[in-house]
Amino acid sequence: MKPDSAVIRDALGVGVAVGLSGFAFGVTSAGAGLDLLQTCALSLLVFTGASQFALVGALAAGGNPLTAAAGAFFLGARNAFYGLRLSAVLGYRTAVKPFAAHWVIDETTAVTLAQPDRRTARLGFTVTGLTLYVLWNLTTLLGALGAGALGDTDAWGLDAAGPAVFLALLAPKLTTAVERSTAGLAVVLVMVTLPLLPTGVPVLLSALAAPAVLLGQGWRGRTREADGTERPATGPDGTGTPPPLQDGATPTDRTTGEDRA
Amino acid sequence: MNVWIAIAATAVGCYLVKYLGLAAPAGVLERPLVKRLAALLPVALLAALTAQQTLSDGRYPVLDARAAGVAAAALALVLRAPFLLVVAGAVVVTAGVRALGG
Repeated sequence: MKPDSAVIRDALGVGVAVGLSGFAFGVTSAGAGLDLLQTCALSLLVFTGASQFALVGALAAGGNPLTAAAGAFFLGARNAFYGLRLSAVLGYRTAVKPFAAHWVIDETTAVTLAQPDRRTARLGFTVTGLTLYVLWNLTTLLGALGAGALGDTDAWGLDAAGPAVFLALLAPKLTTAVERSTAGLAVVLVMVTLPLLPTGVPVLLSALAAPAVLLGQGWRGRTREADGTERPATGPDGTGTPPPLQDGATPTDRTTGEDRA
Repeated sequence: MNVWIAIAATAVGCYLVKYLGLAAPAGVLERPLVKRLAALLPVALLAALTAQQTLSDGRYPVLDARAAGVAAAALALVLRAPFLLVVAGAVVVTAGVRALGG
């Protein structure tokens, strides 16, 4: 039996750490040329950090808006798989799901799946979601406002915040040779095609590294136990404190949801 | 206007995939190949975005202060530093190298 206070402490810890990084997003977005309303709209309506950073980066580079959105969308697609896990654990009614859906991201998934039963899972999901949502949006606003006062954001090194966030999201996923090969191939693809293709397209093209590596792996030795499923990153969306997950309790464990349901 | 189109498309798309997962009947997205691909796509995209935003000016390869900053972030990650410290490290090192004329 896990006391509520412990659940709330987990949830607040993750929420606070990640929410604060919204400041970096606000600054980056303003530096990319988005105005205050646009920056805040992103955090309010998109609310999945990696996609937001990717979008403003692509827009800053002068990419086509739909190409930029496509990159952000593909990054956000992992949330669908979090939703699947959470659906079984949380057991929300159909009417509640449209509201809960907005909070389905790396951190809420990590905290929720670490809880021992449905009641604490719901508590963890709600407290993490609420804390993150409030802080992420508040700090986005502060960052966007602060960017003006900072002047040239590049002089402050803030253009390194975006790639550092991506790297922080990526690092915990590089668990096996499959992930590392995929990452390596994606880097090669993007760097080679950058000078050749329209802005934004190389990043989308690099996504092909995933099926390519899977295909290569299929040729070498078919179907070992398929265990390479989504795992919430350690941090915004990805970030913050490492989620209180043991390996055996990650969403990769297919039985987890059903066991708890 | 273009920016608002991008924001709207991203907001709608990202919300729909979140909702899809939560509302889909169990089993729909559970095929092993789909799951593996879904797990690997962010790996490819994040790696490509990290490389592009660290080692290029958006089009051509460039080695500047950002590389030092992101290397500091990588080191912080290896040392299991908290997320905020990772990002702050990248920003501070980048600014420092730039101030030194890098």
